[in-house]
Amino acid sequence: MSMNPNEEALEALAAARWRVAGVLTVTTLVAYLGFILLVAFDKPLMGQQLVPGLSIGILLGALVIIAAWALTGIYMLWANGKYDRALHQLRGGK
Amino acid sequence: MNPAETTTQLGQPNATAILFFLLFVGVTLAITYWAARKTKTTSEFFAAGGGVSAAQNGFALAGDYMSAASFLGIAGLVATSGFDGLIYSVGWLVGWPVVTFLIAEPLRNLGKYTFADVVAYRLKQTPVRLSAAVGTLTVVSFYLIAQMVGAGNLIHLLFGLSYEAAVVIVGAVMILYVLFGGMIATTWVQIVKAVLLLAGATGLAGMVLSRFGFSPLRLFNEAATQYGAEVLAPGKLVNNPLEAISLGVALMFGTAGLPHILMRFYTVPDAKAARSSVFYATGLIGYFYLVTFILGFGASVLVGRQAITGVDKGGNMAAPMLAEVVGGTGFLGFISAVAFATILAVVAGLTLSGAAALSHDLWSSVVRKGQAPEAEQLKVARLASLFLGVLAIILGVVFKGQNVAFMVGLAFAIAASANFPALLLSMAWKKFTTNGAVASMLTGAISSVLFIFLSPTVQVDLLGNTSALFPLRNPGVITIPLAFIVGAAVSLLFPEHESAARFAEVKHRMHVGVPQPVPAVAAVAPKPAEGPPRPAATGSEAKA
Repeated sequence: MSMNPNEEALEALAAARWRVAGVLTVTTLVAYLGFILLVAFDKPLMGQQLVPGLSIGILLGALVIIAAWALTGIYMLWANGKYDRALHQLRGGK
Repeated sequence: MNPAETTTQLGQPNATAILFFLLFVGVTLAITYWAARKTKTTSEFFAAGGGVSAAQNGFALAGDYMSAASFLGIAGLVATSGFDGLIYSVGWLVGWPVVTFLIAEPLRNLGKYTFADVVAYRLKQTPVRLSAAVGTLTVVSFYLIAQMVGAGNLIHLLFGLSYEAAVVIVGAVMILYVLFGGMIATTWVQIVKAVLLLAGATGLAGMVLSRFGFSPLRLFNEAATQYGAEVLAPGKLVNNPLEAISLGVALMFGTAGLPHILMRFYTVPDAKAARSSVFYATGLIGYFYLVTFILGFGASVLVGRQAITGVDKGGNMAAPMLAEVVGGTGFLGFISAVAFATILAVVAGLTLSGAAALSHDLWSSVVRKGQAPEAEQLKVARLASLFLGVLAIILGVVFKGQNVAFMVGLAFAIAASANFPALLLSMAWKKFTTNGAVASMLTGAISSVLFIFLSPTVQVDLLGNTSALFPLRNPGVITIPLAFIVGAAVSLLFPEHESAARFAEVKHRMHVGVPQPVPAVAAVAPKPAEGPPRPAATGSEAKA
């Protein structure tokens, strides 16, 4: 059962997509669980104010929200660019 | 700033509120009338004919997700306990990247109306669809109960209407949207609501910040001066790290298993639009949560904690009361109407996804084995919507006065444990089988319900027992891995050759999309020409 080159390319592309998706998912998970664990384990640190009114906790919370959005943006850029171009080429090759 | 002397018009019949609300209902019913004339097939009823653009779907996703619970609830939590409200906001937002990376595109390419389409793609239809419908309908029911009871209480507080009248109004208007306008009307209701909610929250935050030189930090600092520096630090919400992680994973993976969210990915023309729409949605929702955080602090400083908890112990009235303080009765009316509209839109989305499970998964696939003619499918879909709408009203009345706040958490736990593992395994794992999928979905659903029943939330808070058999308030950290392990173990124990053999087809379609219209699908998928012209979609198709 040998695969034709088109299928092999698709296989590689699919693997690449899962890899990128996996890395980004783990990044999100680490950022979020890091935040939650800091909240659970080090409340005094999270309550420390960098400037009056801005505690480390608030800063990190806002950063996790912004990072989550940025990560979806990174994925979208990769998928709409590199990934879709490769996919279109595969379709065209049929 | 002296918050002690606040008197409020809250709960009085408010002319502006009623006017804005009638305006919203009038506009959305006009949209429904327009949508009803375009809703002639099940594809239009359940997926708006696939004619929703990425930006529109982004707003609609945000509209589906930004419930009154997150607007009023998080603002209230921040107002009464400060920082802790942010923990929920962050948790609710981080589910969206997961949806983007793992779910949106494969779902769009593999399914038609429900997530069961994807799980059942290469497995045996009947058992998979039955179990998926169990997962969908339990999530939808618990979510609906929480929303309807919340609606009754909130509208009673906001407008002074009786609880039952509020539940019936919400139910009746929502039934009109779904029954006649299907997904086209529901999508536009979500868009209108999302725009109103974002505009209302932004305007309110702007008015608050104008009193603090447009610096959120000065506002936070003022709150710290009034209530102590601990308002800027984590409080009592998270004490037990395991509990924190458990809540975290349930929120994170629950979003990726919510049927009314997943269903939205079928309304866009292709995978590219699906992924772009989540990017828009994540940005809108993230922005909304950051603004809500400001509103909470604004309420604690400008309205005062005592005044807020004096009206509603849970603090849910913080945002409307703040609107009255900074913008007068007229603005209170506007924000109240927005909160009402918010509930209305969320229950419409939920009902439609439940109706899809009943009619598409159970009736068309299980009972009629895919042989039901188009007209019958549409009729059953409408009957199912009507049934669920009436059920929602009945449940809302039955659960009056009950503490149902935990039901949203329960819905997320079930979505994360029953729906998400089976969905992910079916797309990513070749050896996944029918038995594995059924076992995973049922294990996830049953274990979540069981553990929450045995948890302190139900045993101690609700039933008044002194201790609970299961220590965690959220079972996610146990039930999500359990559903994965059971699904994998059963699949390995009872291999299914046919399912593995068809994985190549799944993989191909998941990435490439539908190569050419499959006859069965072509019968119901309308060509873009039927709808309004969509230059973006047709353009990219032409290039492809």
